[in-house]
Amino acid sequence: METVNYLNNGHGLKSWLLTKDHKRIALLYLVSITLFFVIGGFFAMLVRLELLTPAGDLLTAETYNKMFTMHGVVMVFFFLIPSIPAVLGNFLIPIMVGAKDLAFPRINLLSWYIYVVGGIFTLVAALSGGVDTGWTFYTPYSTAAANGHVITAALGVFITGFSSILTGLNFIVTVHRMRAPGLTWFRLPLFVWSHYATSLIMILGTPVIAITVLLVAAERGLHLGIFDPALGGDPVLFQHLFWFYSHPAVYIMILPAMGVISEIVQAFTRKNIFGYSFVAFSSLAIAIIGFLVWGHHIFVAGQSVYAGMVFSFLSFVVAIPSAIKVFNWTATIYKGSVSFDSPMLYAFGFIGLFTIGGLTGLFLAAMGLDIHVHDTYFVVAHFHYIMVGGAIMGYLGGLHYWWPKITGRLYPEGWAKFSALMIFSGFNLTFFPQFIAGYLGMPRRYHAYPPEFQVLNVASTLGASILAVGYVIPLVYFAYSMVAGEKSVNDPWGARGLEWEIPSPPPTENFTVSPVVTEGTHQYVHPSQEVGLA
Amino acid sequence: MYYAVFAALIVGTILTVLAAKVDMGVLNNVVMLLIACTKATLVILFFMHVRWASRLTWIVAMAGFFWLLLLFAVVGDYMSRGWVPGTLR
Amino acid sequence: MPDAHHGEHFPGPIHQPPLVANLEAIQPHEFVHLPHHPKLQHHFDDMAQQIDASTLGMWVFLVTEIMFFGGLFAAYLVYRHASPEGFAEASHHLNVTWGAVNTIVLIVSSLTMALAVRSAQISAPPKTQVAWIAATMVLGAAFLGVKAIEYTDKFTHHLVPGPNFHWTGKHPQAAEIFYSLYFCMTGLHATHMVIGLGIMTVIGIMAWRRQFDADYYTPVEIAGLYWHFVDIVWIFLFPLLYLIGGHFTE
Repeated sequence: METVNYLNNGHGLKSWLLTKDHKRIALLYLVSITLFFVIGGFFAMLVRLELLTPAGDLLTAETYNKMFTMHGVVMVFFFLIPSIPAVLGNFLIPIMVGAKDLAFPRINLLSWYIYVVGGIFTLVAALSGGVDTGWTFYTPYSTAAANGHVITAALGVFITGFSSILTGLNFIVTVHRMRAPGLTWFRLPLFVWSHYATSLIMILGTPVIAITVLLVAAERGLHLGIFDPALGGDPVLFQHLFWFYSHPAVYIMILPAMGVISEIVQAFTRKNIFGYSFVAFSSLAIAIIGFLVWGHHIFVAGQSVYAGMVFSFLSFVVAIPSAIKVFNWTATIYKGSVSFDSPMLYAFGFIGLFTIGGLTGLFLAAMGLDIHVHDTYFVVAHFHYIMVGGAIMGYLGGLHYWWPKITGRLYPEGWAKFSALMIFSGFNLTFFPQFIAGYLGMPRRYHAYPPEFQVLNVASTLGASILAVGYVIPLVYFAYSMVAGEKSVNDPWGARGLEWEIPSPPPTENFTVSPVVTEGTHQYVHPSQEVGLA
Repeated sequence: MYYAVFAALIVGTILTVLAAKVDMGVLNNVVMLLIACTKATLVILFFMHVRWASRLTWIVAMAGFFWLLLLFAVVGDYMSRGWVPGTLR
Repeated sequence: MPDAHHGEHFPGPIHQPPLVANLEAIQPHEFVHLPHHPKLQHHFDDMAQQIDASTLGMWVFLVTEIMFFGGLFAAYLVYRHASPEGFAEASHHLNVTWGAVNTIVLIVSSLTMALAVRSAQISAPPKTQVAWIAATMVLGAAFLGVKAIEYTDKFTHHLVPGPNFHWTGKHPQAAEIFYSLYFCMTGLHATHMVIGLGIMTVIGIMAWRRQFDADYYTPVEIAGLYWHFVDIVWIFLFPLLYLIGGHFTE
């Protein structure tokens, strides 16, 4: 006799498509972003296939440009930015604060529909011929010269931005106003802190790209010259407005993953996080300082050298809170009771790969060095280390960690460990050669390259193939687990947290009585007993 | 009380238009912006009830305007071109 | 080696009670439905929390609107810095009288809006509430009417950027940029006014149906916040667009 939970509480398509339950909305997001991940991955595959040989023989230059553009647009706006917040954040935040739902459940559902509509616009743009401007839509190419469906794609991004804004709005109000009695800010899980910081960025940054892409569409469609030099406009202004959001956007992508890692590290080392308040405040610091560094994308584009120096300095500063987190995770693991279950494997992968990505960011922050490596594969490798080695590993780690809670089923741990290792190896083989290629001068966004770079590119494509297989395996076993996986208990990992106190899967209203919290939700070791562990 | 604020806003508008007719050089912009900011503050405090709202509301409103000013730092790039000796920009 | 399938292998937390009581023992149907305001949404604990959350939510949304318009204001700053005389010259073709009239119209509408919220707050009769809301809407419509007149005027004088733009003054490029920004900024603002009128229609209907009193007037309050915000945007648009460089000869 199955107990009533959110999965079986109401059947039929309408009960899912008109749901107000944050947990069901999280699953709606899970399905759609997985679909976009596959689409984005398809574009990546074509890019890497082309780059197997130095000559541009598989695709024409214009088609190749469309491939990396669509790969970027789909992956950034339709996979990475929503991923953890829309799936794990939506599912867990109400539970972690002890509430029945987010503050605005109907707006939550609306945000999913907006996301879907934006996605449809972008897919239409892709299917009717694609856009070849790069995901960065730089003007005046995008407004005056590009052939393609720039307006459709720009509108797709514009619409989806509102999905992000509404999610952030919901999280902020929920964390401020719906915490259970006794749940003070410093008793919150770090997952909530990182999502709160992410939501600040969503609120303050996304509107700027919204107006920017709207202006691109207006300039292209109505010939309102804002960015076009022929009409007296300034292309660098576009870059300023674009990166004012898009740099903080990368923190939207990484902060939630950092929150996931904080949770996983505590659970699988059986220890409280080292320096809780430092980690909490560093999330806020990353969000705020992240808004001060956008000019490091414009070093070589014509920005004033003086402004460049300011941005360079601030870009070094923004690394500090991230480093604090890495130190604290490491200190947590030190002398912890570590178990190497699959979520923890992803966490280890994250910490190592994010560190490499972050350090190479410092290379790029140095103006003089950036002149050498700007627009080369060094940059490409840097951001993939953070976004794939960091954010996606965080996302997968979180999915694995909370899968029993979300579905009430266990996935096959052996296969999970195998695919984690496969993803880690495939990833490094794909992107480490790109650091070398970029440093040696191979430019990005070219479908042909000098023959001396071929070995590195072949290695990279081989790695990408391994990585792709590594991603497919979890798709299979997660799907399998939903129909035939072993049923899970409330707390299969023996972890601490409000979410582990309720059934797996949870009932629709999460809690039937509001929990009263009397201590930090993640006390693995009572503070009085922590003394001996230092 | 709403009527008092309303009167102040009307007076502010009239002052703005009158000030625009007098040539004060760069001070014109300063005066007009000051009046506009005052009017906005009155609307926020009294019409939007921030005067009696929680501290969080006040922080949210201030954060919004502060971030707007941050966005205006973009013009800093244009103003600082040529500030580093020996560079063209 | 601990593994997910057998939780009891884990050392577990040290003698700590669970954070909450055993929730599985409490079945959903045992939950008692306490009396509450009819408008209380069930994921909130009480009306106070709902009102608080709704107001905070609208303020956070307004912050996003500030940044949305902000991009245009930033573009304006950059281009005005680049060609101040060009902007001043272009601004002279805007009719200050219409701009000032619109500013006054919006300020009056903010007053009527504040009074509409107040009337709901003091449980005034629905007729009074609807009257203030209707007044606000009429003024909003008047604002849009004036803008329509201005836009038509621009069109006939070839001041709409694009192939038909024609400028006889000294700074044609700056003028075209100015008018691009003029149409974008006032156009975006007017779009928000139209949305505002839509919101006020809904609020008006709800007021007509006697849904607002001292215990529940949150929708009017947050509609008011939106309306005042749109007013504030215009308070800045007016001097920045209409009064550049002074209109010393008029």
